[in-house]
This record gives sequence, structure tokens and C-alpha cells, in this order.
Amino acid sequence: MTPDSSVSVSASEGADTADTGDEGARVKSRVPVVEGMHTTEGEPHLIGAKLSGRQTYFFPKHLAGGDPAVNGPQDLEEVLLSRRGKVWSYTTSNYQPPPPFVAATDPYEPITIAAVELEKEQMVILGQCVAGVTPDDLSVGTEVELVIDTLYEDDEHEYMVWKWRPVEVQA
Amino acid sequence: MEEIAILGVGMHPWGKWGRNFVEYGTAAANEALRDAGVDWNDVGFVSGAITVRCGYPGYVAGSTFARALGFNGAQVASSYAACASGATALSVARGQILSGATDVALVVGADTTPKGFLAPNEGDRPDDMDWLRFKLVGATNPVYFGLQARRRMDLYGATSEDFVRVKVKNSRHSVHNPRARFTKEYDIDDVANSPVVSDPLRLLDICATSDGGAAMVVSSMDYARAHGVSDPVRVAGISTVTPTFPDTVIDLPYLATDSAGETAPPDRGFKASIGDRVYAEAGLGPSDVDVAEVYDLSSALELDWYEQLGFCEVGEAEKLLRDGVTTIGGRLPVNPSGGLGAFGEAVPAQAIAQVCELTWQLRGQAQARQVEGARVGITANQGLFGHGSSVLVRR
Repeated sequence: MTPDSSVSVSASEGADTADTGDEGARVKSRVPVVEGMHTTEGEPHLIGAKLSGRQTYFFPKHLAGGDPAVNGPQDLEEVLLSRRGKVWSYTTSNYQPPPPFVAATDPYEPITIAAVELEKEQMVILGQCVAGVTPDDLSVGTEVELVIDTLYEDDEHEYMVWKWRPVEVQA
Repeated sequence: MEEIAILGVGMHPWGKWGRNFVEYGTAAANEALRDAGVDWNDVGFVSGAITVRCGYPGYVAGSTFARALGFNGAQVASSYAACASGATALSVARGQILSGATDVALVVGADTTPKGFLAPNEGDRPDDMDWLRFKLVGATNPVYFGLQARRRMDLYGATSEDFVRVKVKNSRHSVHNPRARFTKEYDIDDVANSPVVSDPLRLLDICATSDGGAAMVVSSMDYARAHGVSDPVRVAGISTVTPTFPDTVIDLPYLATDSAGETAPPDRGFKASIGDRVYAEAGLGPSDVDVAEVYDLSSALELDWYEQLGFCEVGEAEKLLRDGVTTIGGRLPVNPSGGLGAFGEAVPAQAIAQVCELTWQLRGQAQARQVEGARVGITANQGLFGHGSSVLVRR
């Protein structure tokens, strides 16, 4: 349970991060913190909703709003959202957020959070940045991509969530 | 829009008292009734602003306060719109009065808040956006304030020092407000040296959470005249608007904005639309305003309101601040009460407290923080999940 285990950036690196070589050690399984928010294998994408016949998107899918122009039942289909976007704004949480947030490290280390604009969907989506990214690495317009990363872990699982990673600053 | 009269206002001082919220609301209500010279038994409608942090009595706030004052057979309603709850409660009371269902109403809200960050309800709640933002991102309220502040810096060249100046100005105002929780006058170094909470915002840029209570007695204009009040402060407009789709500015408690992929965003964004509505109801505009109480959840957000309420063009708020326009003694003082920075949020009381302050200002009763000759005042406020809130008062 070293703090470093939370900075593994790519979910495609394999499931051996917790393998200590000890015969009895169990390999931690990776599970999403909340089901249905993002892909769990293959290319990382957020799972959104799209109005049938319209270029109107929502995230998350299960809490989609509506478009008043539809003026009736909102006919939604599942869609994978673009995995690249540009930073709309960014900030940090220097103090540990209250539950249900679970800190990745003890003691808590500040996290950087970005709001990212997706060009095709014309919407802005919040997310943590991968560990190591600070406000100094970002400005409005910085290009970032989505990764699936560990939010926190316990003895049995790594709990996965989406995060933003600057395209040019590889962690 | 037909007007109603504000006959009386009252507030329990803001603090971290740790007592039952009912005590604060009842104290504020009794002060408002005394101020109005209205007998509690003449009140025909009680409009409570709900608190969700004090259990069942908070959910039925209107009834809770009515019982504490002694059930008098009045009709009752309780409203929740997060930080905008007080404006919603006032709006419900206005509807009752203008429909003729009642002549005089009591509007009251109070809260007892826990220490630290406001947090979502407990349990595993993936269908609750307010839970998801904490669970998946760690997006506390200050995170959203930080995003807005950083955007202001990158787009309009605002600096951390501009934000600090807002706090310094409001702390100077608060020194003269006995109902405020924080009445210390801060200088630039105090604020600039406080720890960063959500970059670029520091501890003293961000409002605390407080206990407090506020109340108003409002009536029809006919009732006010019959009561011997010929020139009351009047409510000339109330805005409780929701956003217009697509709202493309990220805001509490959402993880994403609306999508503008099909429909272009409206010319006037959500926050601007809050003021537009209240000006339209009152038949007045930004140039008529003498004094404003705006929701400075963070110092940077106060600057946004200058523009959204039409006090200046977009990107010019820092100039208005630096020129002293929004300081008491300037042309358009903002937050003469000291604002949220001096009070801290007592959620259901806050929008009512803003109107209480403007009422004292328009009556010329604000003592050392008086805005000379104020005749028109506006409040602005916003509750999460898309609740606009603004009240325009005039004399």
C-alpha cells in the first residue's frame, strides 16, 4: 500500500501492480468506483448519453438531463465520449474532501482538478488530473486526454475512475 | 409586477453557536414582528426556508417556526432551493399576498451547520449528483469556486490581489455590522498569506459555514397603508429562474455542463439571466441600483456578479473594484453588510438576510455602514442544482 501504487497511469499496464512475488499474495482486481461511468477495458472513454437524431450529449448517462427543444420524452442512446479535450479551467483541493471521498494517500496530498471542454460534444467535464500534475502544468486551452486510473485502493481492489492527463506532459 | 411591502425585518447574529436552529429563526421572527409592529396573531401565512442539516424539523421549517411562535391557524409552506431557499420562500409569500389569500406573511429561515466542508447525504448514493462529485472527483464547493476564479484570471487578467481586495473591502464594511460573525478588518497581507484551499483561492477568499437566522414580515400595499405605513421599502421584483438549456458553464453540483452540440448557448448565461428577470419585473435597470448584496461564496465570485448584474461590462469588474466604486462611499457599494465573507453561509437564512440588509439601507438605518441616499437595492444569489435568486427592493 505504498503511495506510489496510486500513480500508475495506464490501466493497460496489466494487473500485476500488487504482485509482491509472495506465493500467498493476491493480485488486486480493478473495479470501477461506480459502474457505468467509463469503459473498463480497451480504449479509455467516458460513457455518456446522446439524444437520438441530435448532437446533444449528457454525462453521466444515468443522470442525463433533457433538451427543451425535444418537448417530450428524451430518447437517449449510449455513446462513448471523446477522450481528448482542452482545459476550460483548473484548480486544486489542498484539503482532504469529506466522505464519500476516499483519499489515495495517507497523509492526504493535494489533488489537481480540471474542467475539460470536448470539442465534438461542446460540453465541459470535470475530473481529477493524474498524480504529479499541478496548476503550473496547465492553462486554459491545454490539451489533455482521458485515462482510467486508480482513485484509491484497499486490500482486495483498486478502485478505478477517469482522470485527465496533459498530452505533452507524460507522467 | 405588483409590489408588496416589507413591514419588518430581523436577524439572529451569525456565529458558530451550536444551538437548535429553531432558536435562531424564532428570534429573527420575533424581531421582524416587533420591527413591523404586527401582532403574530394577524399573520395569515408562514413561509419557511428549509434546512436539510437539522432533520425533520428542518424539512418542515415553516411549521416548525409557526409552532415555536404558537400555532395561530395561519397557512404554511416550506421551500427548499439550496442557497436560494430564502428568495423562494419570499416568492411563495408574495404569491399568497398578491392572490389575495393573505394580507400579511412571515418569511423565515435559519440553520445550524456542521464544521468544515458542506458534504452530501450519507450512504452509497450513485444516483445523486451531489454524492458523485465528492466520491469520484473530490469536487468540494471551493473546487467550483476555484475553477471560476482561475477562468477569470486566464480570460480577463484578474490577479490574486484583485480577489484579496474584495475580501479587504468587505472586511472593512463588516467592522460596522454587529450581526456579522467575522468583524475583523483584514489587510492585504492577512489574506494573501492565508493558506491556499483551492488554487488560486485562499482560506480568507472563501466563506465559512455558520449558524444564523433571518426573517421578514411582508404585506400587501393596502395592508401597509391601513397599518399606517405610507412609504415602506417595497419588493419590486423576485427572480427564481432556472438555467436555459444549454448552460455551458460548469457549476455545482454537476460533473458536466450541458452540451451545445445542437443548440447554441443563449446570449445571456444563467447568472446574467437571474438579474435580467428581476430588472424586468421591477421595470428598472442596473443604472438605477444604489446598493447591492451579492453572494460572495468566494471573493472572486463577487467580481463575476458585478458583470452579471450589469454594473459593468464583462472583464471590467476589477477596474470597478480598484476604483472604489463598490466600497461604501463609492457610487455603487456592494456588500455593505460585509457579505458572506463576514457572515458565512447559513444556507436557508442567507437570501433573506440580504434583503434585511437592503431594507435597513433603504430606511437609512444602517448606521456606520449606511449607503447615503440609497433608494434601490438588488440582491443576487444562487442555489446549487440550478436555482437563481435575486430580489429588487425600492423605496
